Amino acid sequence: MKADIRVALVGNPNTGKSTLFNVLTGLNQKIGNFPGVTVDKKVGYSTLPDGRVAEVIDLPGTYSIYPKSQDESIVFSVLADRANALSPDLVVVILDASNLKRNLLLYSQVADLKIPVIVALNMMDLAKKADINIDVDLFAKKLGVPVVPISARKVDGIDKLKTAISFANKIALQEDSIDVLSIAPQLVESIGRELNIDNPYLALQLAHQHETLKFLSPAENERIEVLEKEFSFNSQKAQGAETIARYAFINDLLYDTVKKPINAESETHSNKIDKILTHKVFGFIIFFAILMFMFQAIFTWSALPMALIADAFVWIQNSLHSILPAGPLTSLLVDGVIAGLSGVMVFIPQIAILFAFISILEDTGYMSRVTFMMDKLMRKVGLNGKSVVPLIGGFACAVPSIMSTRNIENWKDRMITILVTPLVTCSARLPVYTLLIALVVPNRNVWWLFNLQGLALTGMYVFSLVSAVIVAWVFKFILKGKERGYFIMELPVYRWPRWSNVLYSMYERSKAFVFQAGKVIIAVSVILWVMASYGPGDRFAKIDKQYSQAQYTRHMSADSLSRTVSSAKLENSYAGVLGHVIEPVIRPLGFDWKIGIALITSFAAREVFVGTMATIYSVNGSAEKMQSVYEKMHQARNPKTGQPVFTLAVAFSLMMFYAFAMQCASTVAVVYRETKNWRWPAIQFAYMTVLAYAASFIAYVVLK
Amino acid sequence: MRLSQLEVGEKGIVKEFTDLEMSVKLMEMGCLPGEEIKIERIAPLGDPIAINVSGYLLSLRKREAFTIVLQ
Repeated sequence: MKADIRVALVGNPNTGKSTLFNVLTGLNQKIGNFPGVTVDKKVGYSTLPDGRVAEVIDLPGTYSIYPKSQDESIVFSVLADRANALSPDLVVVILDASNLKRNLLLYSQVADLKIPVIVALNMMDLAKKADINIDVDLFAKKLGVPVVPISARKVDGIDKLKTAISFANKIALQEDSIDVLSIAPQLVESIGRELNIDNPYLALQLAHQHETLKFLSPAENERIEVLEKEFSFNSQKAQGAETIARYAFINDLLYDTVKKPINAESETHSNKIDKILTHKVFGFIIFFAILMFMFQAIFTWSALPMALIADAFVWIQNSLHSILPAGPLTSLLVDGVIAGLSGVMVFIPQIAILFAFISILEDTGYMSRVTFMMDKLMRKVGLNGKSVVPLIGGFACAVPSIMSTRNIENWKDRMITILVTPLVTCSARLPVYTLLIALVVPNRNVWWLFNLQGLALTGMYVFSLVSAVIVAWVFKFILKGKERGYFIMELPVYRWPRWSNVLYSMYERSKAFVFQAGKVIIAVSVILWVMASYGPGDRFAKIDKQYSQAQYTRHMSADSLSRTVSSAKLENSYAGVLGHVIEPVIRPLGFDWKIGIALITSFAAREVFVGTMATIYSVNGSAEKMQSVYEKMHQARNPKTGQPVFTLAVAFSLMMFYAFAMQCASTVAVVYRETKNWRWPAIQFAYMTVLAYAASFIAYVVLK
Repeated sequence: MRLSQLEVGEKGIVKEFTDLEMSVKLMEMGCLPGEEIKIERIAPLGDPIAINVSGYLLSLRKREAFTIVLQ
């Protein structure tokens, strides 16, 4: 789409910036990445009253132009770099009218960069309710910029804002807020002269942020460094002095433009809710009740759509098999690519539901209360209050949970959360556990009430949480954090969730998952398909030849013959050969080469285990034929000893392996996407495999 | 007197900070010398705390509250 003017939205978190963005652009938006970083870039288009089209960029919410996280650092680099492809013609600063003081800090910083600015005074309805009276005309006059009162939630004043955008000046007219030169006069002057920058505040910001800015040349960077030393510039002291000067300006500005009720002591609505939701006892009870509900919903609500998606793919696969001529190309497309796609698509319902909950909890302001309540507990094991949500989400699926760790600002806390989240028992482990437990744990009750099989399954869930906490605690000592951990966080006022934002979030996250993690999953599926469909040398030809002899074709039904052939082929495929190769390694765990194949194929996704077992024990069918997989595995005997293969020791050893091993290509892909460095998925894969092997070995030795 | 020594419901006025790095972050959030602070609540496990400053609710750990000196 061709745009006539580019507008950037800037504002504090919780000021309704995303709501305004959605109102301005509707569904006419797309999400990408800012070049070189994982920060989501939201761009949309809005038609102005004069018929021109505005490209609107939603910049990450921030309290100040000095960044505290990777997301926040985008704001300054987009605004400051006039050569940037995203450099805006106009900035709309969104201010929360009910909390103007703190909001104005960011405004005054942005305004001093001397880019044309418009102020959108949001939440006017809330300000009125709180008896805050703002003299908008005087306010606009003092700032020297257009000020448009709006209420984004109620879609109030949006037309006026659009009109203001279309009439916006091409040059910055705002009044100066503070005397920037007084903070570091010689340094600002020298940088301005040498780098040819006429805006003193931009020069000062370059001194502060030059190390992380990509648009400066190495020579410029070095020069700034030298100048800083020459004039003994202390970044933190300068920032402190600037902040104090800015608040002096803000207090002066607000003095005669805003009238607040003197008697502001009356208890607010939000405070009353907090008394219950962060109560010593009820606080935790309510939190666990919400978690239980969320957990149940992710399971039960997603069951039907997931089954429908899986069925749809089976139908597509069957139809393609019957339409297309049989051959390796068809097989690659249907059993490799489409099978891989179905593995991606089947997670969409869980991702969408999890993100619907997360978006509601964040929108209402409850999420920051959970963080507030859990911070002390989580800090003890090296995590952060904000780690609670991804860990709980891990019960459904690690993929969206790892995506939701982005709001953890502290690098070390976020990495540990990402590293341990896949240990939590996700829904893909469920079919594996239920099958193995059914094989070896008797289906009877103890103490009348508790079913032994149910107890074993519950045990696996509790065990996974405990192991995640222990591993987090160990990583606390291994990882070295560069930044100091701190927890200075706004507790926003409670509000109703905006349902349109919830829907946007479900849609966006699912789309991002399908397109970005999907590529890797399909690639891995194709590799697995090749390994399972081809064998070294002429082994496959020999099998075909052997089973086409009369003694087989005459005495076996066509169905059972094809099963026997595919079973023999699997044993001789690259995957089968690999199974035999790794057999010596996994024998101490009680596994044979057949289980070895299942382990290898499960590295694409855990639930592949059931399917692989079905193929190996030559049962045709998928999950619906669990019973027959169960029977075959139940009857499986060790050819040498004649004893059952799946003993209590083997089954538990296998479960331990699945509990710890990183058998999920989607998670590997998403960890790479979130960390932008292969080192992290590699470390995670390595530690989880080591733990899996050790736990499996111990389980086998103890139970044998 | 430090901010971390106040009880729930008590108020104080910020005088200065003992930690430069923390002070920069706190001041950005509107917690400046001369501002009145009220302790609104303490998390169920005793830490962090929530304070009312500049007309909104801010949470911070006790360790961070200890760096704020009151008048």
